[in-house]
Amino acid sequence: METIKTVKEPLFHVIKRGDLSLTRQILVRVIAILSGLLLGSIICWIVYKTSPFVFIYYLIKGNFNPFDNFLELIKRSMLLLMIGLALIPPFTMKFWNLGGNGQILMGGLATIICMKYLGGVMPDGVVWILMLLFSMAIGAIWAVIPAVFKAFFKTNETLFTLMMNYIAAGIMLYAIKIISGKNTTGTIGIVKTANLPELGHPAVLVALIAIIVTIFITLYMKYSKHGYEVALVGDSRNTAKYSGINVKVVIIRTLVLSGAICGLAGFLLAGSVNHTLVTEETMAKSGFTAFTAIIAVWIAHNNPLATIGVSFGIMFLNNGMEYARTNLNITEEAIPSMIIGLIYLVVIACEFFITYKLKFNGKKTSRKANTAEMLKEDK
Amino acid sequence: MKKLLTLLVAAVMTVACCLGLVGCGDNGNTTVGEIAIPAVVSDEISKFDKVEISSDFKIGVICLHDDTSTYDKNFIDSVKAAAATLGLTDNQVLIATGIPEGGECKTKANELVAQGCKAIFADSFGHEDFLIQAAEENPTVQFYHATGYKAATAGLANYHNAFASIYEGRYLAGVAAGLKLKDMDAKGEIKDANKDANGNVKIGYVGAFTYAEVISGLTSWYLGVKSQFPNVVMDVQFTGSWFDPTGEKSAAETLIGKGCALISQHADSMGAPGACEAANIPNVAYNGSLISECPDTFIISSKIDWTYYFKWIIAANGGNADAIPTDFTGSLTNGMVALSGINGDVAAAGTKEVIIAERAKLMNGTLKVFDCSKFTVDGAALTTENANVLEANGIVYYNESGVQSAPSFDFVIDGITFLNTLY
Repeated sequence: METIKTVKEPLFHVIKRGDLSLTRQILVRVIAILSGLLLGSIICWIVYKTSPFVFIYYLIKGNFNPFDNFLELIKRSMLLLMIGLALIPPFTMKFWNLGGNGQILMGGLATIICMKYLGGVMPDGVVWILMLLFSMAIGAIWAVIPAVFKAFFKTNETLFTLMMNYIAAGIMLYAIKIISGKNTTGTIGIVKTANLPELGHPAVLVALIAIIVTIFITLYMKYSKHGYEVALVGDSRNTAKYSGINVKVVIIRTLVLSGAICGLAGFLLAGSVNHTLVTEETMAKSGFTAFTAIIAVWIAHNNPLATIGVSFGIMFLNNGMEYARTNLNITEEAIPSMIIGLIYLVVIACEFFITYKLKFNGKKTSRKANTAEMLKEDK
Repeated sequence: MKKLLTLLVAAVMTVACCLGLVGCGDNGNTTVGEIAIPAVVSDEISKFDKVEISSDFKIGVICLHDDTSTYDKNFIDSVKAAAATLGLTDNQVLIATGIPEGGECKTKANELVAQGCKAIFADSFGHEDFLIQAAEENPTVQFYHATGYKAATAGLANYHNAFASIYEGRYLAGVAAGLKLKDMDAKGEIKDANKDANGNVKIGYVGAFTYAEVISGLTSWYLGVKSQFPNVVMDVQFTGSWFDPTGEKSAAETLIGKGCALISQHADSMGAPGACEAANIPNVAYNGSLISECPDTFIISSKIDWTYYFKWIIAANGGNADAIPTDFTGSLTNGMVALSGINGDVAAAGTKEVIIAERAKLMNGTLKVFDCSKFTVDGAALTTENANVLEANGIVYYNESGVQSAPSFDFVIDGITFLNTLY
């Protein structure tokens, strides 16, 4: 039976692109970033009645002048990079480790306990090594608990890792109480013993370790057998299983690595940058948490080298905005965060258009269709 | 079509609801609104108003949160008021918000110095250690820190602590709460559920941490209530955070569930006052009036008004004024301990007059908040044997903020129960 019917088609179809040439990809991204910044300055202009480009001026000045501000940019972006690197292996494996914050907090806690109670008792060098080992170990433990449950009992790792963050935050509050004694206000103050060497500026040590970790993760993911297994488990768990990979072992091993790098970030945050317990609030106020790192890794498509650039970009925006707020007499953070969020949105949207394109359809098309096909359409 | 109909019905219902609410407002009792308490008048308060400030002077202010926190907003408003009085332009006041209590505080202080600030102020307790480091690195810049206690022992000429005798403000706010309890009792609004086994009326307090500043504040408030309504006991629930809207709300709800007839708090969010407004429990606030947010339950609020101290910082560093002492405690006399207006619709009649009378007694020294004859700790009164306990005008009293500006009273006095002390 043949009938003629007018079929309403959707306005457009989403079609996957063929490979866009690298130059065009870069061009699209640059245009996206510039239009994001333009959007930000227009909002600044409308809301705060500043001249439209003063926002971009402060964004740049706040990051480069004086030179200390640039070192601050390096320090923060290297920390963000390191957290991002920790997330790359599990994310490649499609294991959504949302517990980075908890793993960092626990690493920081182990570091501070060593500094506070062993500093001055043992030589600084020994304490530093213990700080490093304990922070990486506890970070790994915090990540491996959900991994074991995922591997053996198929629990949901997103919820589990997230819950581990809350447990870590609770432990932190309790630790603050124990360490600071009776007169607690939610801080323990500065710990002056066994501080990590500054090497001129806290940014130096952080950058050094971040570079080492970057090289390690790049090699690990690209050239090692482990890295190959991680990618295979991410592509298809069953394929991996039937090609003789022990998926359980891969999950657990990868999360040990991820947690240990997060613990390492906590070690630097507590031992070198802050010299006090790191809380989620401290990290959020500095502009980066493990959740910011998720955005970084996502934009960088799980590529360690691209994560470097993205981390710089994110912290550039954050630090510049901090400086702009102070100089434009803005004492609320809601609209500035919204502006930053919009810029992220534009950049993430551009990633979408690099992978896909829209094909617009005519409004209505008239065509022949048999009933069976029409029924399918209507559904 | 169906959607359109749903929308239409929703719109009609919304309009009806709005009309209904407005109708209720119109039919209710006539409202009294805010009753202002006349401010203390003294030459002291306007001492720095006429000082010439050089045009290249800059002050930097480091705040833990942005102005959505009532605590930080109080500082931001004060420095803006001081700057306006002394004729500073916008680019002479650099306010950095959202600075964590860690290494970033020192970094930010150094950045403000690099931008030309001659005086730097930080508002949060946890900033102290890092501000001291910045003070050590920048000996030509003056540093001021609210609520800290280390200036006395740091041995730095350019580092200062400041606070105010806010326990006097809390006491006066407590007086208003005590009068309200008396009023409620007379009207029969206090039920058996509001009383403990000995027939004392229960009130509640939401605290942040078991820290002296909080304990001093809640004790002075309780003593203020007790001065007007003696048969009262207080339960305290701690939240373990200075700013936790959800935690403060649920702490207030716990206290309401335990039968507390009136609640106050020392925490910076709208959590506790919001819970009180929802349950129609009278509330005494801190850091600013909530008469528009909680019109049915807000009684009065006390706060530290930092304007005087900021004016002094600006005058001393940008113009010509006396040096600021290492530890400074603001008082009722210099206007740093301030009360908001009274909510005439909630507070008992005559509250204003009693508060003015009590305030005069506090100012001339005939009344002490921590009068040791008015309270006991584990059944015994404090004596001059205890640290910081003095005797004057025949009153034995705890000399709060006498040596260090930061509060130090951390006894749990009889009649007050801490429901949790985890934090």
